[in-house]
Amino acid sequence: MKRRIPLAIVFIFGVLGAIPFLVPHRIIQDADNEFRNSVLRIIVAFSLVLGVGSIIRHHYEKIRRKRENWQYSYVTLISLVITAIIGLFGGIEANGILPTRFLVPFTKYTFHFDIQTLYTNIMVPLGATMFSLLAFFMTSAAYRAFRARNIEATILLFSAFVVMLAAVPLVSRVFPKLSFFSEWILTVPNTAAKRGLGFGIALGSMATSLKIILGIERGWLGGTQ
Amino acid sequence: MITSVIVTFLIAIAPPSAVRTWDNPNDAGGVIRIAWQLSPDDSIIDGYEILRLTEGEKESKSIGFIGRSRNCYIDDEAEDKLRYQYQVAAVKDTIRSYSEPSNFAQSSAQWFNTERINVLVFAGIFIFLILWFITKAKKGANLFVRRIAGLSAVEEAVGRATEMGKPILYVPGLSSMDDVATIAGLNILAEVAKKTAQYETKLIVPNRDPIVYTVAREVVKEAYTQVGRPDAFNPDSVYFVTDSQFAFAAAVDGIMTRENPATNFFMGYFWAESLIMAETGAATGAIQIAGTDAVMQLPFFITACDYTLIGEELYAASAYLSREPLLLGALKGQDFGKAIIVGVLLFATLVALLLNLPVLNLF
Repeated sequence: MKRRIPLAIVFIFGVLGAIPFLVPHRIIQDADNEFRNSVLRIIVAFSLVLGVGSIIRHHYEKIRRKRENWQYSYVTLISLVITAIIGLFGGIEANGILPTRFLVPFTKYTFHFDIQTLYTNIMVPLGATMFSLLAFFMTSAAYRAFRARNIEATILLFSAFVVMLAAVPLVSRVFPKLSFFSEWILTVPNTAAKRGLGFGIALGSMATSLKIILGIERGWLGGTQ
Repeated sequence: MITSVIVTFLIAIAPPSAVRTWDNPNDAGGVIRIAWQLSPDDSIIDGYEILRLTEGEKESKSIGFIGRSRNCYIDDEAEDKLRYQYQVAAVKDTIRSYSEPSNFAQSSAQWFNTERINVLVFAGIFIFLILWFITKAKKGANLFVRRIAGLSAVEEAVGRATEMGKPILYVPGLSSMDDVATIAGLNILAEVAKKTAQYETKLIVPNRDPIVYTVAREVVKEAYTQVGRPDAFNPDSVYFVTDSQFAFAAAVDGIMTRENPATNFFMGYFWAESLIMAETGAATGAIQIAGTDAVMQLPFFITACDYTLIGEELYAASAYLSREPLLLGALKGQDFGKAIIVGVLLFATLVALLLNLPVLNLF
């Protein structure tokens, strides 16, 4: 029973999910939209509780067992609680019951700590910092990829060299044919490879979906029995 | 000014003709298409005004205006049960020259999208192939699957971690549960978890999506139970980190540098964070096996990881690792589906070549 119910749910909703692709009638489309927009949102809202529960349990255990770097777990938990309080009671832009804007004494400035301010001034810069690391990692990855160890790597190095050179305005001005060659590399061999991958991915995705809907693939349930 | 007004009044513009209307096909209803022949004076007019008359009413009303040189309009404010008649007027300043009224048309919703019949036919063939090979596999046919280096290395990677006494890090992608790549990633997690349970190796599974976290936890728990080691399952080994993309990447990088895993698995869908995680893992000296169907991230994984499952290999992984006949049968069906596509492409290319090469002059 523990397996049959999830399998039955997957089968029913898998088939129902495929029908709107073929049936444009409003009754089917509206029902599909309702499921996607309302029902899924409710499920996601419940899952958030599970996620928060996991964070609290994980860090509580870390503190309780005094694992390595357990002190940082306090930072996570305290930040979580403070952010949740500000978000729940302070509103998104200081429009809640908790005051999140203060006039700094003897000045004309206000101090904000509403959730939008916290997000814009803490989360966004931290995310951007991580993202900017990509530039450095890309350089080191490119160095490794472009070492001409064998014939394939040499072709890769040559292609990358042409494409990069053609992107430089001065070079493309001096060697106008280089731009055409670069364009050819991108639109012919590169696109051909990508489309080949695309076919495989589309079919693989379809086959996996079918296996899951028919209950052949049960790895996501933890096993095959 | 006076001259232009006089000229405008003197010019009699010709109306558009042959106004036709019909129900927009393959839709949810409420849409009527209107087409007409352009006015002979199309080059000098401002555009066309579309008027609609509901059956039973006396006066038509303007429903839209469209610029010159255009001969069709979509009325998406029709009601399914009503019949409408349309007129199109050529407009030049204040002058309007009306066409003959069109036929009556009524919008309706369709129960089948005929434009997608090709998809349905191919899906039918594909499903038949898969089911046929599954039946064959059930009867005990020997189905050959080529060696996939990345998957053959899973056993070695788990063994290495066990020998070194270090943990294994498994990231099931950053996408949600509705992504097939995530499900494929979780299928592989089940096989990896069985091996870690057998070897008593520590497994760490950080998650970005709360639903994926819940499923991943159950998958790992069930895998430990299946190999007879439910006691070895540590509920704290699978946990939710954050749903923020780069915060998650930072957390995974932190795990790699602190815990120093011997093996890193990246299986699922990834975005720009793929290289940040894979390069950090490479710097820590871990064996890295990645698998994704995100075409844009594949070059990064191929560069930074020891083994990469490219696109569909990710979906084949659970069949390859479990060697279960039913899954192998489905895999074989998938391969034949691909062979059909390749055949159709070759045939279409050949036909296009014969049509476009004048030297051949065959058609």
